[in-house]
Amino acid sequence: MQLEDGSRVAVVGGGPAGSFTSYFLLDLAERVGTSISVDIYEPRDYTVPGPVGCNMCGGIISESLVQMLATEGINLPSTVIQRSIDSYVLHSDVGTVNIDTPLHEMRIGAVHRGAGPKGSKGAKWGSFDGHLLELAHGKGANILRGKVEELTWDNGRPRVQAKGLPAQTYDLLVGAVGINSTALKLFEGLGFQYKAPEATRTFIAEFYLGAEAIKKYFGSSMHVFLMDMPRVEFAAIIPKGEYVTLCLLGHEIDKELVDSFLNNPVVKSCFPPEMAILTPACQCGPKIAVKAVCQPFGDRVVLIGDCGVTRLYKDGIGASYRTAKAVAVTAIFDGISNKDFQRHYWTACQVINKDNQFGLVVFFIVSIIRKLRFVRRAVLRMTGKEQVMEGKKRAMSMVLWDTFTGSAPYRNIFWRASQFNFLSRLITEVTRALVVPGSKGLN
Amino acid sequence: MYIGELGKIYKEGENIVRQGEAGDCMYVIQAGKVEVVLERPDSNVRLAVLESGDIFGEMSLFSRTVRSATVRALTETRVLTVDKKGFLRRVHEDPSLSFRILQKMSERIRKLNDDVAALKGH
Ligand SMILES: Cc1cc2nc3c(=O)[nH]c(=O)nc-3n(C[C@H](O)[C@H](O)[C@H](O)COP(=O)(O)OP(=O)(O)OC[C@H]3O[C@@H](n4cnc5c(N)ncnc54)[C@H](O)[C@@H]3O)c2cc1C
Repeated sequence: MQLEDGSRVAVVGGGPAGSFTSYFLLDLAERVGTSISVDIYEPRDYTVPGPVGCNMCGGIISESLVQMLATEGINLPSTVIQRSIDSYVLHSDVGTVNIDTPLHEMRIGAVHRGAGPKGSKGAKWGSFDGHLLELAHGKGANILRGKVEELTWDNGRPRVQAKGLPAQTYDLLVGAVGINSTALKLFEGLGFQYKAPEATRTFIAEFYLGAEAIKKYFGSSMHVFLMDMPRVEFAAIIPKGEYVTLCLLGHEIDKELVDSFLNNPVVKSCFPPEMAILTPACQCGPKIAVKAVCQPFGDRVVLIGDCGVTRLYKDGIGASYRTAKAVAVTAIFDGISNKDFQRHYWTACQVINKDNQFGLVVFFIVSIIRKLRFVRRAVLRMTGKEQVMEGKKRAMSMVLWDTFTGSAPYRNIFWRASQFNFLSRLITEVTRALVVPGSKGLN
Repeated sequence: MYIGELGKIYKEGENIVRQGEAGDCMYVIQAGKVEVVLERPDSNVRLAVLESGDIFGEMSLFSRTVRSATVRALTETRVLTVDKKGFLRRVHEDPSLSFRILQKMSERIRKLNDDVAALKGH
């Protein structure tokens, strides 16, 4: 089974995974001189503010993704990047520390996935997902504005039925519907043993501050909170153009937890004092995958991005790019059978899956830091002291940077954090923290 | 710098890379114009003018020699650096990531061929 001249591909979902796949399928097909057509099914209108035009997320485009895309010739313009990020601030109950990147270069982008929060008008920035969809369109993909409601087989080929559109048969079906879609069931029903990944609910809220206040209170930094709160794995505030995005990842985040986070004095102190009550302009509770997917491929069908294999907690858009690339390369150079996907596409997915195992360990260690006050104090001191050192020597800062921004593989982070020098410096600080009065205790 | 711009700004006339220095990254021009100059004891030779979307410094991703030329901003220029280590790691996973660089390099060789032919013709 191969893609040949005249082959037709259906991509269900025009989020990052769907747009990247379409873009690279058409790019590679052109390089090898095969003429294929790609239809992207996407009902969302990315020009409409609020949830209807948005694929909910924190909107951090990781350092590694920014670089890879630039290498691919995809340079993200300032009409899409709302704020470039070059540093982060680590907040905790035992202090705050600012951490700059060693290069002093803006290499992380903060975006809105859609046209912006509910009620935002005439925004200066366009949607990130809309931008990628437009890139795919520019490469020759057709955009079909319809929600896919039925998937069946037609003599061994996938058949797609979308609302208000005629049913069509394709040579290859790519599922890129994310993890919040009812269409996952349609793929499970196709009979190739696909089972959608297990997921948990998260929380995102957008707060209006205006560009000036954001500059003053948040700057060009991502703000990460290292505090002992049950069920929270990660909490961050990301400054955008006129809004800041709050992101809470963890297990079954509910209203009570969100309220206690927002009322925490450390969080409150980040906002202008006149914002005594924090009222979000827009909020949502999207899911995030927590366990690996089963069998995201079969003959003539493959799933990518969040509904396939993604990265634990961080850089989901980067994982969409990587899985999209792996599918495009497999389909163009190897073939589109179950075996082809198993041999090539799945190998690339396993790299991410294996790295996620290291990710679990890394986040487990972060959870210990969060729980034990004296360890928190030690980490903060070690990070603080590093700020006068030359870039490469800032081991703790870089480990934290890569963990929180998703800029390096978890395996690499784990390896750096288990070096003798790193550990001995940390142990010294922990010992110090233990003898400083008042820093012991569980929180 | 505008709040949503990625990379680093270099002022007109500022050197971005210096011939002879060690290098471990490639650059992608986000905005502006640069010149690539071969510095020689007697005279300097301008090899190329590059602009937005172009890359330079890519040779250091593949070989461990020093920078072969100086690259200087002709206008205010914004460039993004691509780290060698991360790049090589990704190329190992996905060799097709180097297609575009190979394409750019072959375009450069083609231009060099033309230049050599023109010189030999004299
Ligand atoms: C709280 C939170 C914060 C996050 N923060 C970040 C971050 O800062 N950086 C980062 O890189 N990643 C982040 N992620 C992960 C990121 O959001 C995902 O990894 C990414 O969106 C996956 O892209 P995708 O294309 O696979 O899916 P999606 O972005 O979900 O896109 C799926 C698309 O499919 C369409 N679709 C669904 N059903 C149908 C249908 N039946 N017919 C047609 N189309 C359909 C949808 O409309 C949608 O456009 C975060 C996730 C969460 C939950």
